[in-house]
Amino acid sequence: MKAPLSWLKEYVDIDITPEELEAKLFSCGLEVEETIYFGKNIDKIVVAKILKTEKHPNADKLTVTQIDAGKYGQLQIITAATNIFEGALVPVALDGSTLFNGEHIYNGQLRGLPSFGMFCSGEELGITDDFYPGASVNGILILKEDYPLGAEVKEVLGIEDIIFDINVTANRPDCQSILGIAREVAAVLDKPVKEPAYDYVATKGVSTKATIKVSDLAPELCPRYMAHYVKNLKIGESPMWMKKRLFSAGLRSISNIVDVTNYVLLEIGQPMHAFDLSDLDGAEIIVRRANEGEKIVTLDQKEFELNNNNLVICDSVKPVALAGVMGGLNSEIKETTKDVIFECAKFARDNVRKTARLLGQRTDASSRYEKGIDANSAEVGLKRALHLVQELGMGEIAEDNYDLLFEKVENKVIKTTITKINAVLGITVPTDVIENVLKRLNFGVEIDGDNITVIAPLYRDDIEDYPDIAEEVIREYGYDHIEPTLLKTAKITAGGLNDEQKKIADFKTLLTGYGFNEIITYSFVSEKEYDLFGLDKNSDEHKYIKIKNPLGEDLSVMRTSLLPSMCRILAGNIKRKNQEGRLFEFAKIYQPKTLPLKELPEENEVVSLGMFGVEEDFFSIKGVVEDLLSNFTATANVSYVKCDKKCMHPTRSANVVVNGEVVGYFGELLPQIADKLDIDKRVYVGEIKYNLLKKHFDGKVTFKQISKFPSVERDLAISVDANVLWGDIVDIIRKNAGENLESVKLFDIYTGDQIAAGKKSMAFNLTFISAERTLNVEEIDQVIKNILTALNKEIGAELR
Amino acid sequence: MQEKFAIIKSNAVAEIEKVNSTRELNDLKVKYLGKSGEITALLRGMKDIPAEKRSEFGKMVNDLKVEVGEIFEQKEAGLKEKELLEKFEKEAIDITLPGKKIKTGNLHPINIVKNEIINAFSGMGFEIFEGPEIETDYYCFQALNIPKDHPARDMQDTFYIDEDIVLRSQTSTGQIRVMEKKQPPIKILSPGRVYRSDDDASHSPMFHQCEGLVVDKGISLCDLQGLLDEFVKLVFDKQTKTRLRPSFFPFTEPSVEVDVTCSKCHGKGCSLCKGTGWIEILGAGIVNKKVLENCGIDSNEYSGLAFGLGIERVTMIKYGITDIRTLFENNVKFLKQFDRR
Repeated sequence: MKAPLSWLKEYVDIDITPEELEAKLFSCGLEVEETIYFGKNIDKIVVAKILKTEKHPNADKLTVTQIDAGKYGQLQIITAATNIFEGALVPVALDGSTLFNGEHIYNGQLRGLPSFGMFCSGEELGITDDFYPGASVNGILILKEDYPLGAEVKEVLGIEDIIFDINVTANRPDCQSILGIAREVAAVLDKPVKEPAYDYVATKGVSTKATIKVSDLAPELCPRYMAHYVKNLKIGESPMWMKKRLFSAGLRSISNIVDVTNYVLLEIGQPMHAFDLSDLDGAEIIVRRANEGEKIVTLDQKEFELNNNNLVICDSVKPVALAGVMGGLNSEIKETTKDVIFECAKFARDNVRKTARLLGQRTDASSRYEKGIDANSAEVGLKRALHLVQELGMGEIAEDNYDLLFEKVENKVIKTTITKINAVLGITVPTDVIENVLKRLNFGVEIDGDNITVIAPLYRDDIEDYPDIAEEVIREYGYDHIEPTLLKTAKITAGGLNDEQKKIADFKTLLTGYGFNEIITYSFVSEKEYDLFGLDKNSDEHKYIKIKNPLGEDLSVMRTSLLPSMCRILAGNIKRKNQEGRLFEFAKIYQPKTLPLKELPEENEVVSLGMFGVEEDFFSIKGVVEDLLSNFTATANVSYVKCDKKCMHPTRSANVVVNGEVVGYFGELLPQIADKLDIDKRVYVGEIKYNLLKKHFDGKVTFKQISKFPSVERDLAISVDANVLWGDIVDIIRKNAGENLESVKLFDIYTGDQIAAGKKSMAFNLTFISAERTLNVEEIDQVIKNILTALNKEIGAELR
Repeated sequence: MQEKFAIIKSNAVAEIEKVNSTRELNDLKVKYLGKSGEITALLRGMKDIPAEKRSEFGKMVNDLKVEVGEIFEQKEAGLKEKELLEKFEKEAIDITLPGKKIKTGNLHPINIVKNEIINAFSGMGFEIFEGPEIETDYYCFQALNIPKDHPARDMQDTFYIDEDIVLRSQTSTGQIRVMEKKQPPIKILSPGRVYRSDDDASHSPMFHQCEGLVVDKGISLCDLQGLLDEFVKLVFDKQTKTRLRPSFFPFTEPSVEVDVTCSKCHGKGCSLCKGTGWIEILGAGIVNKKVLENCGIDSNEYSGLAFGLGIERVTMIKYGITDIRTLFENNVKFLKQFDRR
């Protein structure tokens, strides 16, 4: 809300600096987002009289003038302007002066003759005809009054103003007006508000009801509709004072009648509309819902097709206004308009909001209706408009009007106690301060001991209960009175992460220990990722939820896999020429139980892994997965089987199976996908479904006694067919090694000259230990023999 | 005889002197003191010594052996030290060469800050609760006193899944889910992802918030300020102060914006705080009675305070990050800057 200081001063005697006022408004909840110092730049532009004009000897289009600039003396100014004349009073920018836009003017030479300044146009002073007649002409501003020569133009014209752009919170629609802000200013300054005049004298025999019929068929969308007839209108220009006011608030003057409605909108915050009576077929106004497909062309010549949820103002045959948004072109005020019907109404805020949004038609009126106006505002606004009509001598005001009112207009009364108010604040505000503050804010106050009855002004729709009163008190009394306490009356609670949250923190700590950096990516992805990564969107696993109003296709579906996001980040890093990286994300995927959603979807935690760099390969990512699992599921039965994901390298990827359940996959990203992502090196990725994995967590660590007896180690090398899997060899060894086998460690794989074609040699170390006794050579020999026999029998292994 | 002894000794001393390594010294030791060494050999001449002089002779030989042995030992000690020094010299390395790289990672800066916030409030007795991100309109708005026609809905541009299901636009949803299940005393902190239809240098369509809620007897604005004073000292620094000023949120009444003294200039005024010395950091207030009642908590007996802060905002202020999008690019070089403890 833009509030010019000059306008505020009409209602409140402001005797502090603008900076002090800004600070006071800030502390009472009206945050000034920007203070605009209008015309502040203007400097050393003074009133001067043109004494003599003659043609420039060296230029056809230039004129040499001699001027009298009062205390600045007589000066020569060269100008190209053609609307000047001897004897004219004009603004002159002297040497070293500054224009409205911040530009500086200096002495100069024009075609060989010195010029000691420049004449100014209205634009160069930041003003238009609305501010000073003649300021919009294409030429020099000719001053009409007899100002003292040498006087600063911005002072004699009163150009300088300060405009506060105030952020009004949603609970204070009453402050969407100059008067509303003025009331707040008055309260913080503890000064009275000079209310504007609302009185008018009606013309006998002029009747609204005898002229037009008004009905409200949609009171749920229009709880109050007032209509007032003004006859024999004299359409013309508004007086300068009104034009200047509108100008200071950034509005253009259109005609006296339209200006009155705009003035009321700004001053009171009540949107109004004026219909040309001659355009209303059947001399009738009907407030109703639009018919499906009904059309209207608004004042800005845009056509809209409407539906049953849009409210329209109609005459007996057609819509003439889009309620609360904009009037119709078919009933606009014209130069020929003789008789008008003023509309002053309250429309349901939600409906105006929806209509304005749906049609993309947001106006000053709709933005006020969206925030909500109080039930009394229509009446206040109408009276003020009629007062202005009379003041401006614009026409004959009807004696009666329509006031179709479908809600109560009554002050809210809060009966509470001083104790309750203070309990909210936590401090004891002196009762007389409470009383004083509330009275300053126009509340009625009755205090009886601890009991207090507060009557809210009609425009304070937001006041509901004692916490609202507490807020009014403290915002005026000052938040600096609050004395910090640390929950002195609250019970002690333990707090902290629960077990599940701690596990997640541990999980992440481990990953960072492996050299992984955590990433965070958006929860929504492009639908196209599903095709690119070969994720089957029809499978239960990848059925996804779509956002109805996404920011764009790229951010339109709630992801069911973290893989695409991870790959995009890897690609971005590689593109930025980063040489290596280990990344993980711990985030949710969103899995609908049914589509369309009938209940909230499952949100399941997933960890994605991504690695690139010369040192990374399948086994480095596998090492990470193995260590993670050994930390969290040490006793589980873990195996790695072929992964059939379409996005993964078919022979260099694996599924992670824990106790028979696939909990994730990892390996090399399919090269074709890497290609499409402009990834020019091998990258290793994986996803672990944390929500599945956590079911297999082992829980507590229990200490195991370390054996006091010596261990026995044996190194063996066997030759097997090249396609034999190490995993199978380990299984056979474990099955045949008896209870004392402590570990199996592979330390060499060899293929080459020393071994038959199609064979490989695998060398490994076996360690045996017993907790009860020293193992003897004979029994170990026997175990080794058993193992070798089994290996030979099952996979044809030979001892080398 | 004595003369011979003296010659042997002086020869030994001369030879020992010349020796330069422990290996040579060992050879020399064998030559003199070994089984067939010169001094040992003297004993073999015992049979030629008259019986009465044998014991004297034996003693003399022994003395010589001890004497020469000592010289050997002295020399050996010197040589060993010399050789050790030579070995060290030979093993000299450039200690300024880089160490073997330990590759560790770290959490994302947003989560580093999130954890700091969690730690600060955990210590004050707050439990951590994370609710769903895809929420019903009821939990996201209606229960928080934001009915469908409320203009406050304009404050947040919400992503919709359908008429009644939204991507939560605030973590305040957690308040309702906790209060529905739990009676006071309640102290919870609810961090998580939230979504709003906004995308520029200071807004991201997905970001993180942290909601705090206390419901108990006699909770007041003084408690709110006290709590936040402690919090900002833990997350920023000990000098940080807070300032409350009036604002509006549908789920709190009174509502306040909370500013902290600028972390860069400590209140003097700088570019970060636009010369004001203060930075807006979170919204807070006394829980609206209607919200308590919506959750079945008796507002005559209990009152509450709530606050909600943007974790990205705190992160950006703390580390001087100016564009929120930097946080979601996840460039390794960016991420690794936050590994200092």
